[in-house]
Amino acid sequence: MAMAIRAFLMFVLFLFSTQFCFSLYEDQVGLMDWHQQYLGKVKHAVFHTQKTGRKRVLVSTEENVVASLDLRHGEIFWRQILGTNDIVDGLDIALGKYVITLSSDGSMLRAWNLPDGQMVWESSLQGSKLSKSILNVPKNLKADKDDLILVFGQGCLHAVSSIDGEVLWKKDFSGQSIEVQQITHSPHNDLIYVAGYVGSSKFYVYQINAKNGELLKDNTAALPSGTYGELLSVSSDMFVTLDDTRSKILLINLKNGEINYNDNHISDLIKDTSGQGVILPSRLPGIFALNLDSLGILIKVTNEGGLVLVEKINNAAALSDAVSISDGQHAFAFVQHEENKIHLTVKDVHNWNSDLLKERIVIDHQRGNVEKIFINNYVRTDRSNGFRALIAMEDHSLLLVQQGEIVWSREDGLASVVDVTTSDLPVEKEGVSVAKVEQNLFEWLKGHILKLKGTLMIASPGDVAAIQAMRLRSSEKSKMTRDHNGFRKLLIVLTRAGKVFALHTGDGRIVWSVLLRTLRKSEACERPIGLNIYQWQDPHHHALDENPSVFVVGRCGPSLAAPAVLSFIDAYTGRELNSLSLAHTVAQVMPLPYTDSTEQRLHLIIDVNQQAYLYPKTPEAIHILQHEFANVYWYSVDADNGIIRGHALNSRCNGEVVDEYCFDLRDLWSIVFPSESERILATMTRKSNEVVHTQAKVMTNQDVMYKYISKNLLFVANVAPKAIGEIGTATPEESWLVIYIIDTVTGRILHRMTHHGCQGPVQAVFSENWVVYHYFNLRAHRYEMSVVEVYDQSRADNKDVWKLVLGKHNLTSPFSSYSRPEVITKSQSYYFTHSVKAIEVTSTAKGITSKQLLIGTIGDQVLALDKRFLDPRRTLNPSQAEKEEGIIPLTDSLPIIAQSYITHSLKVEGLRGIVTVPAKLESTSLVFAYGVDLFFTRIAPSRTYDSLTEDFSYALLLITIVALVAAIFVTWVLSERKDLQEKWR
Amino acid sequence: MASTMRSKQLVLLLFVQSCFALFSSSFAHSSGSTEGYTINGRAKIPSVGTKEFFLPGKISNAKVILNGGQRVTFLRPDGYFSFHNVPAGTHLIEVAAIGYFFSPVRVDVSARNPGKIQAALTENRRGLDEFVLEPLREEQYYEIREPFSVMSIVKSPMGLMVGFMLLVVFLMPKLMENMDPEEMRRAQEEMRNQGVPSLANLLPRSS
Repeated sequence: MAMAIRAFLMFVLFLFSTQFCFSLYEDQVGLMDWHQQYLGKVKHAVFHTQKTGRKRVLVSTEENVVASLDLRHGEIFWRQILGTNDIVDGLDIALGKYVITLSSDGSMLRAWNLPDGQMVWESSLQGSKLSKSILNVPKNLKADKDDLILVFGQGCLHAVSSIDGEVLWKKDFSGQSIEVQQITHSPHNDLIYVAGYVGSSKFYVYQINAKNGELLKDNTAALPSGTYGELLSVSSDMFVTLDDTRSKILLINLKNGEINYNDNHISDLIKDTSGQGVILPSRLPGIFALNLDSLGILIKVTNEGGLVLVEKINNAAALSDAVSISDGQHAFAFVQHEENKIHLTVKDVHNWNSDLLKERIVIDHQRGNVEKIFINNYVRTDRSNGFRALIAMEDHSLLLVQQGEIVWSREDGLASVVDVTTSDLPVEKEGVSVAKVEQNLFEWLKGHILKLKGTLMIASPGDVAAIQAMRLRSSEKSKMTRDHNGFRKLLIVLTRAGKVFALHTGDGRIVWSVLLRTLRKSEACERPIGLNIYQWQDPHHHALDENPSVFVVGRCGPSLAAPAVLSFIDAYTGRELNSLSLAHTVAQVMPLPYTDSTEQRLHLIIDVNQQAYLYPKTPEAIHILQHEFANVYWYSVDADNGIIRGHALNSRCNGEVVDEYCFDLRDLWSIVFPSESERILATMTRKSNEVVHTQAKVMTNQDVMYKYISKNLLFVANVAPKAIGEIGTATPEESWLVIYIIDTVTGRILHRMTHHGCQGPVQAVFSENWVVYHYFNLRAHRYEMSVVEVYDQSRADNKDVWKLVLGKHNLTSPFSSYSRPEVITKSQSYYFTHSVKAIEVTSTAKGITSKQLLIGTIGDQVLALDKRFLDPRRTLNPSQAEKEEGIIPLTDSLPIIAQSYITHSLKVEGLRGIVTVPAKLESTSLVFAYGVDLFFTRIAPSRTYDSLTEDFSYALLLITIVALVAAIFVTWVLSERKDLQEKWR
Repeated sequence: MASTMRSKQLVLLLFVQSCFALFSSSFAHSSGSTEGYTINGRAKIPSVGTKEFFLPGKISNAKVILNGGQRVTFLRPDGYFSFHNVPAGTHLIEVAAIGYFFSPVRVDVSARNPGKIQAALTENRRGLDEFVLEPLREEQYYEIREPFSVMSIVKSPMGLMVGFMLLVVFLMPKLMENMDPEEMRRAQEEMRNQGVPSLANLLPRSS
């Protein structure tokens, strides 16, 4: 009997365990995941609003995205993400059906089908030198029914057919040392003017026949002085630029092929100014704009070559290009700021007395200033002209404004996430009313009956839709309070624009957003960049009445020597609590594992001069740090010189100014890699907040291995200097990959291994006692992944039970980096099919659940791979005992199971990073992947063994219980009857 | 075009397939500049709509990636793609298309022998005579819901419980029957003595 029960239980267990990979039914999409698509900061926009068909706007962005947006709602019709080096330089429409993009420094010209975004043709334009790249799609330049596209790039002018992308003619300017600035096409005589400088003061112009590229005339003129900034074309034969003192305007006129120029002092036009101007690059017919002392100045160029001041615009923010609204009538728009409003003015280029449009639009001040504006006109029902404006803001968001209102807005700043942290939501305070419970109960029952119908496949299509809607709606998941399982959190993301967003994990909506003052452009801080976001205060036990807060570290410019800035933000409300502009720089931020009495975490900011600054600046923090002074260690990687150094705190800084929060460092150790044979490519450490459940690992032969678990391990991957480049540049003989595992307290090298014939890029992840890394094997010409596990050999003799009983073991001895334990490592390598952009590992609350690797592939998908596939104990023929333990037979490559893509059929375009956060429920890990798109889901690497799944059928359970009770009664009746019969006998 | 330049044309494929009607004979003869070569190839994605539930692996969202992201290009409507200005050496080309699994391709661009390109799938080491990439398999990202069947109910934990119970209900009496009547009586006696509450005792007596 016992045997039978055991067999039965085994059978049940087998049924549960057959499915071990992450998998999803199609109707579960959107249940616990969300996906958001973004574009990035818009650089170019072209409207396509014909009378028939859908109205759209085509944009290209700083994330190298080319997209077509619905003009009514701002949704994406299609989107193409170019490669990371394929920066878009120009965007236009040709033939009314192709979107033309010029990218890669003017060497790639592509045409995309306007309705669906399919690439139609691609043309590689060859040239020999880097130059400015210009895309010019003239309206009426025809050659045999074919519209020509003029492209200047790589020092050559190309005329490309817009039908098939064939280069019809090409003119090489790279031989002459001319720097081409402008290309204009004059429609009446089919001439192309190519204008540029040699040096800074010699002006060249070439006249080219547009039909065949024949050089008709070239002209040169020495300008009276050097030039500054752009050469702007006012009309097809007139150019303006500034001289090198930026106080004179040079007007260059090409009448009949002759170059005439005249110069005008800016101060003649505008009285009492002495500032230096900048020509704005807006293309306006007969007019140009100058930015002078934050004034926008519009200057008209008369036919005789005179300059007339037209208008001064205060607080000018942005100026659009001109649009043609009717024959010979051109309009353009400019924007002015006024507190939280913007003034949008549309004017006729030739008629200054009246405004075509003047609107005031209220804009959330968290969007910052207007950076770019593009306008488009439409004909109203009363035959007058209406205008809509597409506005790109400082926080990279995109707005469409029409009739004084924001029609739609897109938060495209989220396409450039820099760093992510999380915060818990507030605890639920108010009680729940009885009526609500009853209502909920009813809803709950109804829902489950519907679900049962779904399971039994007897649901009508209407029911199916209702089930789907109910699942997606599930009001629980988007609540603004903490939940029991810890699924609901705030994802706090820092974007490149310096804006911080809080996203709700339930549905991905933006809870709050704040444009940080410290990361906005200012006089003190010209080009601020946000670096990282950290948790500052996370009240759990004390200071519970305070909201958690995060802080953002930034820098006033791209160089390391730029001063640092800090901002502290309330995680519940998004209020900027405090901001600091620091006197010192920031090279590294180190969160310390100590908190003060208000649960503010101590942080050390290490600057480039090797000094550490303690935050928060409170006496209490100093006191805590002094207590732990000897326990603070860190390392720095100098990849250029191939040196890794270990540091510890030394003493107070002894500068002129006494700063008791500043400490000097001392170097503890350094490892210098020989630069002729190794270059540092990648380093990786364990996450500081990772939880490990057990140190011991029981082997199949009842043996125990002790994991070497230290927080101070560093993985370093070095490659041969010749193999530092990309794949295809090195041969297998001259490339090798050397990996190290280093203790960062003592500098001891625990493990070193060489992979011959391998090269980068290396992606690695470090967790518990193992590291997994991905690299390229040149011999097999395939990617490989290797795992290295480190075990502590000094504890290995603790297997003896008697020793444990008698207390003769060393398990309680403190674990220290200084007690040089003997370690052994095990490793194994496998092939992996795809290139990898990022690797992360799941993290759970207690570290009990088995781990999965999350691999961001080149196809922008995220694959969940069980750690069991990367187990160095895998053998070709595992024994029965090993099989029972879950060891998978060794294969040469890692399996890619389509169902284990956690992004299922979605792509996280432009994937850059993956973040995992433990939920409170041990089995579950929250995963956030970011790139141009955002994707969030939660995964359970060993299935949700500690809770019922979403699609658990309560109704089936109820039915079973009812059936059981009924069976009891039936059997009872039967037994009664039998009893009676017995008695009658 | 640019015929004055030294051009190296590396045309790798000639493959007519049934999936696309659009096959033009003039496929991309591109020129290499002085230092690079052009790799021309074609990715063949089965036409959309063979399976209804399957998300269309639309050709417009397929990307072709050289050397792990160094360069990215897209497929033309007829499935062709090209990389220009590629230096001689051994390269890796990957095709990323949702819904399909493509093997990466090892591409050897010979420097000594201009015009010679060798390609091989890295997954199964199969050499390619013509440079046509086909998906090794279609990817099914979702579990398919099994249609309702009696077996699925029986296999579910609840079904097993019911099954086990039925087994006991119908098999136990049989076992009892096979028992020796004397022994049975003794056992019943024992049970009565121990006062094991039976179900029949608990339920209200109707007789």
